[in-house]
Order: sequence, then structure tokens, then C-alpha cells
Amino acid sequence: MNWTRKDLLGLEELSKVEIELILATAESFKEVSSREIKKVPALRGKTVVNLFYEPSTRTRVSFEVAAKRLSADVINIAAQESSVRKGETLVDTGKNIEALKADIIVVRHGASGAPALLARHVGLNVVNAGDGWHEHPTQALLDIFTLKEKLGRVEGLKVVIVGDIAHSRVARSNIWGLSKLGAKVCVCAPGMLIPPAIEEMGASISSDIDEALKGADAVNVLRMQFERDEEAAFPEKLEYFKNFGITKERLLRAKKDIIVMHPGPINRGIEISSEVADGANSVILEQVTNGIAVRMAVLFLVAQARDEKQPHTD
Amino acid sequence: MKNSRILIKNGRVIDPAANKDEISDILIDGGKIISVARDIKNGCRQVLDAAGKIVLPGLVDMHVHLRQPGREDKETIASGTAAALKGGVTSVLAMPNTLPAIDSLKNVSLLQGIIKKDAQANVFICGAISLGRQGKELVDLARMRKAGVLAFSDDGSSVDDAELLLKAFKKAREYKALIICHCEDKILSAGGVVNLGFTSTRLGLRGISRESEYKRIERDIALSVRAKAALHIAHVSCRESVEIIALAKKKGADLTCETAPHYFCLTEEAVLGYDTNMKINPPLRSKDDVLAIKQGLGDGTIDAIASDHAGHTENEKDIEFERAEFGTTGLETELAAAATELVHTGILDWRQLAAKMSLNPSRILGINKGALIVGRDADIVIVDPDKEWVVRKEDFISGSKNSAFTGRKFKGVVEYTICNGKIAYKTETG
Repeated sequence: MNWTRKDLLGLEELSKVEIELILATAESFKEVSSREIKKVPALRGKTVVNLFYEPSTRTRVSFEVAAKRLSADVINIAAQESSVRKGETLVDTGKNIEALKADIIVVRHGASGAPALLARHVGLNVVNAGDGWHEHPTQALLDIFTLKEKLGRVEGLKVVIVGDIAHSRVARSNIWGLSKLGAKVCVCAPGMLIPPAIEEMGASISSDIDEALKGADAVNVLRMQFERDEEAAFPEKLEYFKNFGITKERLLRAKKDIIVMHPGPINRGIEISSEVADGANSVILEQVTNGIAVRMAVLFLVAQARDEKQPHTD
Repeated sequence: MKNSRILIKNGRVIDPAANKDEISDILIDGGKIISVARDIKNGCRQVLDAAGKIVLPGLVDMHVHLRQPGREDKETIASGTAAALKGGVTSVLAMPNTLPAIDSLKNVSLLQGIIKKDAQANVFICGAISLGRQGKELVDLARMRKAGVLAFSDDGSSVDDAELLLKAFKKAREYKALIICHCEDKILSAGGVVNLGFTSTRLGLRGISRESEYKRIERDIALSVRAKAALHIAHVSCRESVEIIALAKKKGADLTCETAPHYFCLTEEAVLGYDTNMKINPPLRSKDDVLAIKQGLGDGTIDAIASDHAGHTENEKDIEFERAEFGTTGLETELAAAATELVHTGILDWRQLAAKMSLNPSRILGINKGALIVGRDADIVIVDPDKEWVVRKEDFISGSKNSAFTGRKFKGVVEYTICNGKIAYKTETG
């Protein structure tokens, strides 16, 4: 099949076939990063703008590396420091970037739906690098890519996502993506961190991590951000670690080869113990490596879709 | 003399006041209806052929934000009343969330001055309950009532202080004024922007709970019953609210309520894709709520349909969803929306619709409108009931274009609106 979407806003709107196309494309790009010269000319002459309204190092750097390995030029805008502080709207910023003749905007924004707003107003490709509590599609894609690489398949797998589901875009994108590919997703958290009607997205709910880990093929451990949401009820830190933290003892009762994932940055001793984070089951650093391939695939595919819609004039 | 006469011929005249639905002529002169009969002799210059058309009393929309004074960038008395006439609305109740709020005799007379100068339809005034709609100090309800204010509401700001609201009910009872409550417990709605549930989870947005609406409705009914005062509840959106109101009415409370077309035409799924025109307070709810609203309209629990017309500028709407203003325009679409979703579906007949959109709000407000009877003001709307049209952004004449109905197909077109005996609107294609 051909990729036809100008933008990647989330996994909810993607079909199983589209997700598989991204994963297959990522597979072919992964090899580039192990070459002596880590570059292909796929996006030569294209400009990728990383427009980040929230502080982010790992996602932004990952997109930057991905774009550069495709030979694109990369501009980073940390929007907290830019004209946005002078009151420029998101749409105006987007139109200005368009006027610079950039090709792809990678946007991270605190407001759910901000990438969709941008995509409606600019002709550029818009790639969502995380919006509010809504979606973080490339993170979920790299999680799924890693799972598939490790276990050879996604269909039929049991994946546990543990942590603050209510405020997690990573959780939402993973639920959509994994469910579409036929995995069974279980979200596990204290009740106060489970959003209403999450089961309608295709996930089952558990409040007992030991129960949830039984028979699980993988566990995706979300970063707990106790500092983030003053108004929401949060469990006490040590209590959280005791009841939901992923420790060596807990894993002893799970499948021996259970995969442990984490979108990073990790809080050692809060949601995951150091032994597990650095242990044999952990694929946390491989996720980072795979993130490059997945983002190369996404940038490549959206750029291609736009090229097909707007034939070159030269 | 005969020049001011208008004769409406052969229309299907719907009069909820006389419980009438029959082919008839209506003769208008001097701003009044002077005859309603079959085969009135054609003695005047202006004859409107209404054969095959529905003739209704002009609509009375008791929940309209005209924005003037203060937010003329969104809407003015002139643009809002022109939009009203286009939608078949001949009388509106102007809500007090203006700048300044309508919270004093001085501001009432300021508003009355603008109305006198600019209004193209009848504009009645709803005053604020508290100064600056801050919920702290009661307005001079007695004097504002005497100056012509019909109803009092803090509008978008629910009065949190129960004691203050109780006082307002007591005063309102004494001076025969109506209290209108926007029922929302802001602690329970807690910064929400869409219906709490699957939609809020799916979009990653904060949810507005149903309790935030119906728990406040329960409280406000209790206070009004204690004060033995009349209460009208604005924009009912969910099943529990309908049930609570039905029960209170059964127990004899002096209680009325309204809903808006978006609560029986649209569900929360319309918000998917982050369309900020669908960001409304109370929020678009579930399919089951839409069903309950329709049932409540059918069984009489819900007395009135009002637009809650709320214009906003593009700058306030075409932004991140959580930052965008709440509200949709509605004056130009409400009759068509109600005809399509309620009459053509058999939930209401035309008489019942005319009651919900004209007679009942007139009675609730205590104004002499809503009937096609000899001697009444000639406020009349002629509707082509079967003509289909698609709502287009560029066709709106309201000061703002933020309609939740853009792109939607409706059945029922306003052909003529007659306001105070004059043809105030005529469709271009009719």
C-alpha cells in the first residue's frame, strides 16, 4: 500500500495496515544507523522544524537525529523562548514556518489537539511529538516496533501498561496501536489514575500489578510525574512504589522472559527499581535506538505523501 | 391606511394559544393582527401567498447573548436582531453577561438606549442577579424590575452562594420577576471542556461531569421551592437533569426549563477532531442524553427551546481546544434544527413546536407574544416546511460565525419574518 496521510496526529485514526507500513519502513531504516556513514539522501533538501512548546530532550533529539540521518535540514524551536511568549498564536507560528518554506513540522504541545489545529491551517506535514494527554504516536510506534523485534509478533501478546494512565499520551497511543494489531492491553494503576471509559478504547483494567503481570509478555512502565498535576489526587510516592513499582521480586512471579519497557526518562526507585531498569528483561535503551528508525520512517512517509499530492514543478 | 396592511393567504396557521392548526388567512394592520379567518377579501397591496407554508407566531428566544455593550466585536444589538429575524425569531431575551453587566438601573437604561436605536426585533432584558455577576452582592432587583427587566440571571456564572440566591428568589417573588439559573457547580466541572467520559478520555481533555449540572439543578430547585418563587432552568443537557425537573414539577414546584437545539441534534462525538465550534457549556452529551432531551420535550418536562446564541470571534475560537471560548451561535438555525429533528421525526407536531419556541417562553416571561389572535402584535413567521438547505458559514449574518451546525443539512426554511406588522425578513430564494 501507499502512505497517503499528510500528517501523523495519532494512532487512533490509523488502520492496522498503515501501522504495519510504518513498522516495515522503520525496519528498513534501522540498518542505516549501524552503517559507518549513518546517512541516506531520502529527505535531502527538505527542512524539518522541531516546534516544541514543552521542554523535551529525548523526543526532540530523537527526531533531530532521525531527520539528519535522512539528510534533512533541521531547525529546533524551543517555543517557550520564542515569539510565542510575545503572544503569537500557534496558527500564526505555523504559518510563519510555512512561509520559511519548511516541509515538516514536528510539534510537541501541552494542549491536547494542538497538532490537529496546526494541521488544519498549514499545508506542511505535521507530526505529533506529543500533545497534552492525547497521543504520542511515535513513542507508541517505537514501543510496538521494539516488542515486535523482540518477540517476533504483536498479535496475541499480552501487554501491561502501568502508571498514570489518566494523564498519559503514551498510554493512549499504545492502547490504540496495540489493540489494532491484535494485542491484549491491560492498564494497571490506582483507581484515581484510570480515566473514565478507558475500556471502550480496548483495554482491560487492573488495580493489582501482580495479578496483571501474570502471563504478560511485556510491561510498559510509565514515568510517574508526581510534580505534574497539583489538582489531581495522587498516591503517595513510596506507597506507589510498594504497590505498583516494577521490582525484581515482582518479575520473579511473571514470565521469565517478560519484556520491560519505559518511555523515559526513568525515575529509579519510584516506578521501577534500578535492578530491573538495568536488568536482563529491560529493553529501555533499545527503545531509544529504535526510536530513530521509527521516526525516520514517519518523516519519510509523510513527506512522500505530500510530494505525491503536490508534484514538483522543476 | 391600506398601505400598512399585509394579508397572508392560505397558510397552514398554527396557533398553540388557540390550539389551532388549520388553513386560514391573517390580516395585519397597524402592527397588529386584525383578522384571522378563511377567505379574507383581498383589499390590500401586500399579499403573501402562504399556500403550502406553515404560519407560526414569531419565535421567542429566551436565551440570547447580544454582547452589547462591551463586546461589539462578537455581536451587536443590530447584528444579533437581524440574525434573529432571519431565523424567524421576533423576540429575544438578552442575557446580562455584557461589559458592563446589566446589574444596575444605569446599565439597564444604557442598554435600553441601544435597543431603542438599533434593535430590529423585540429585545427584552434579563438583568444580573449579583453585581458584576460576581455572586457576592444582590442587584437592586426591585428598581430594575420596575424599569422593565423581566428576568434575572447570573448567566454563565452559577450563583454559588445559596444564601444570596435564596434572597434573590424572595425578592423576585415579591416583585414578580423570574429567576433564570445556569446550573453548574464549578468545583465539580473543574476546568472541564468536554463531556466527562469516553470522549474526554479519548481526546485527552478535562471532562465536565453530569453531576456538575444536575446537582446544582437540585439545589436551585430546593431554594426556589423554599422561597415559593418561580425558577427557570437554562440549557438542560443531560438525562438526570430532565428526570429531576420532571419529579419536581410533579411535586408542584413553580418550575420551567429550556433546552437548546444542539442538545437534541448533536452528541459528544461531534467534538472528535477538536472542532471548537462544538465546545459548548454545558457540553454536548451522550446519545442517551439526546434521547432523554427529546423525551423531555415530547412529554412536556422541557417547556421551551432557546438557542443560547453565543457568538465568538475567530481569534477566540480558532485556537487550542482547551483555550477556546464556549458557545455556538443559534438564532439563524434553531427553527430549522427543531423542525428537522423534532417535527419531521414525529417527536413534536407544529403546534407543540410553536408552543416550545414561542408561546411557552412568552408565558414564562410574562409577555404578550406567542399567539396568532386578533388584537395581538403581528409577529409572524412563514416557513417552507419541506425545503432542504445546507448550513454554510458564509451565509450567516450574525456578528459571529461559530456555528455547531455548519455543514449540516436541515429541512425547513424561514421565508418571511413579520415583526410588529412589518416584513422584517424575506428569504432571497423564496
